[in-house]
Amino acid sequence: MAILSALILFTSFLLLYQKRITNLIITFAWQGVFLALVTLVEAITTQHNELYVSAGLTLILKVLFIPWLMRILINKLAIQNETDTVSYPFVSLLGGIVLVLFCYYLSNILAVAMGVMLLGMLLMITRRKAVSHVVGFMAMENGIFFAAVVATHGMPMIVEFGVAFDVLVAAIIFGLFFFDIRDSIDSLDVDRLNRLREDIE
Amino acid sequence: MIALYLTLAIPLISIPIMAMIGHYRLAGKINFAITSAGFIAAVFLLKTFLTHGNLLSPTSQYYLDAFNISLILLTTFIGMTTAWFSVTYMEHSIKLGRLSPGNLRLYYSMYQAFMFSMLLALLANNIGILWVSLEAATLTTVPLVSLYRSPESVEAAWKYFILCIVGIALALFGTVLLYFSAQKITGNPSDAILWTMLYSHANLIDPAIFSIAFIFLLVGYGTKIGLVPLHNWLPDAHSESPAPMSALLSGLLLNMGLYALIRFKIIGNLVLNNHLISYTLMGFGLLSFLFAAVMLHRQRNIKRLYSYSSIEHMGLMTFAFGVGTSLATFAALFYMLVHSLAKSAVFISVGNVIQLTSTQSMEKIRGLLKLKPEVGWGLLLATIAIAGIPPFAIFNSEFMIIMATVHNYLWLALIIVIGIVVALAGLFRHLQLMVYGEPTSTPDTYQAECNMWPVFCHIAIILILGLYTPSFLVTCLTEAAKLIS
Repeated sequence: MAILSALILFTSFLLLYQKRITNLIITFAWQGVFLALVTLVEAITTQHNELYVSAGLTLILKVLFIPWLMRILINKLAIQNETDTVSYPFVSLLGGIVLVLFCYYLSNILAVAMGVMLLGMLLMITRRKAVSHVVGFMAMENGIFFAAVVATHGMPMIVEFGVAFDVLVAAIIFGLFFFDIRDSIDSLDVDRLNRLREDIE
Repeated sequence: MIALYLTLAIPLISIPIMAMIGHYRLAGKINFAITSAGFIAAVFLLKTFLTHGNLLSPTSQYYLDAFNISLILLTTFIGMTTAWFSVTYMEHSIKLGRLSPGNLRLYYSMYQAFMFSMLLALLANNIGILWVSLEAATLTTVPLVSLYRSPESVEAAWKYFILCIVGIALALFGTVLLYFSAQKITGNPSDAILWTMLYSHANLIDPAIFSIAFIFLLVGYGTKIGLVPLHNWLPDAHSESPAPMSALLSGLLLNMGLYALIRFKIIGNLVLNNHLISYTLMGFGLLSFLFAAVMLHRQRNIKRLYSYSSIEHMGLMTFAFGVGTSLATFAALFYMLVHSLAKSAVFISVGNVIQLTSTQSMEKIRGLLKLKPEVGWGLLLATIAIAGIPPFAIFNSEFMIIMATVHNYLWLALIIVIGIVVALAGLFRHLQLMVYGEPTSTPDTYQAECNMWPVFCHIAIILILGLYTPSFLVTCLTEAAKLIS
């Protein structure tokens, strides 16, 4: 259990450091694998049958479907070999460490989960490509899911399914957006989305 | 009970139906008929509430009380009038070639999905489902914001999407924390997700965990309310989406975030005995209110102007909930209703103005009263209502908020009065140029067919509410205020 938690946190740091978009998605899929394993271990040790369903849901959604969808999209957009610029890689890693320490200060049980969530947010802040933002958001969601597993043995089934449905729809909308964004600015660099700003008289 | 299920079922069933209707004129009318049926169901729900009081469904998943009944009525009503406006507006968009009939099917289908997710959020007793449906409300509106597929609207939708889902993800974490803190105290662990259980066991919840959870919920749902500094997406999304969508986003969706937050405030009142909730709400509210009041002066785009006005009003409401006396809470609840009516009236008028003049730039809109008197008068009256000038009902609620604030925080009341005056000046310095004077632009060659009836309908209701509040509304709001304060 502790080892798996550590691995999840470790993959979060890897995500923060990963420049190539393809590797980013593979790392994200690995995080999903560890997350499903944690859920499975938790299900076996605590005898909560609902957690088996959660583990299966994670496996299907986070390990198989979303990475598969992203792979298809980047193939279609022909950006397999692109890299994302990480602004201040060293500072962002250091910031990540500080965030995790802060989480340990706040709470011991939820530290890793909160850390994964905040690292996902940090990933979104430090990147410029839309694909990285999606991975960052999904990593955030992983952190929240992890929190629900370790702290509360998962949310009630109906909520679990509702959240999974929302994440699925979000992933599909993200996919549609890639094409819209590329059509409007000729790249997936969202920093270039800057038409709308305050007009100052 | 049947009325409750009907209120939810009507929009849910309509999602696939509206996706199938290809004939665009017919689709608009059917959409209007469906939303009218939804409003009638809500009226029956009100009747059930007035005779039987609070209603908890047998599975405990749905809950109806004085707080959400007025908002359900409001949501279905504005959903209906905006659907009415959508008929002519969308027909015109198709004539101009900004929209394909296929996109229109998406529009009407998502319209119903949006109505469904808002009603589910209002009726859900399960705080997890509350989150799921608010997220769904975001997801359904994203394709509608970028409906015209222009670079600007894609950018606005992207910003809206990213900021809102990240924000609302934090609210999910807050929900998990709250569930965690309550799990040991309710008999059956999974009951801790039900709002009624949290409410009845509130005195046993750990205050330390609740404080952290509340901060996450505040930031999460605060993003949806558009509280400064989490407001960045709001002017963009509200200004780039089609006008009926702006009316729904400003009029209804902002209320949903506030509704969710206040649900947790009710529990927090019983858990915490410090000022955390009231001070954070007051702080965020006041900051949003003042910031937006100043920003009103710097706008050039007519829709951005009124988007900032939404931030200003939502800020003042949040502030009033933070003050927390029963008068302030009553005022804030009343404010939520009348602001929605006025703001959707404004955006419907603005939609007509934009179709008439084919521009959103306020410098190019001149002499509306001469160009088309009913549109000019509609915009003028709606803006007077939104600015809080008597006898319109927003004045009553602002007046009550000031009275409540004077009692406890005299200096803040002074700041609010100044803020209201600044905001009023900000609106009218732009408005009087647009409404009076000589028209510069020639009327649109397509001769836009203007539908101002929904606007006058809303304005009449705001006027009546300003002079006289019906007894059922007083009962609902007083009871809700007792619950919240």
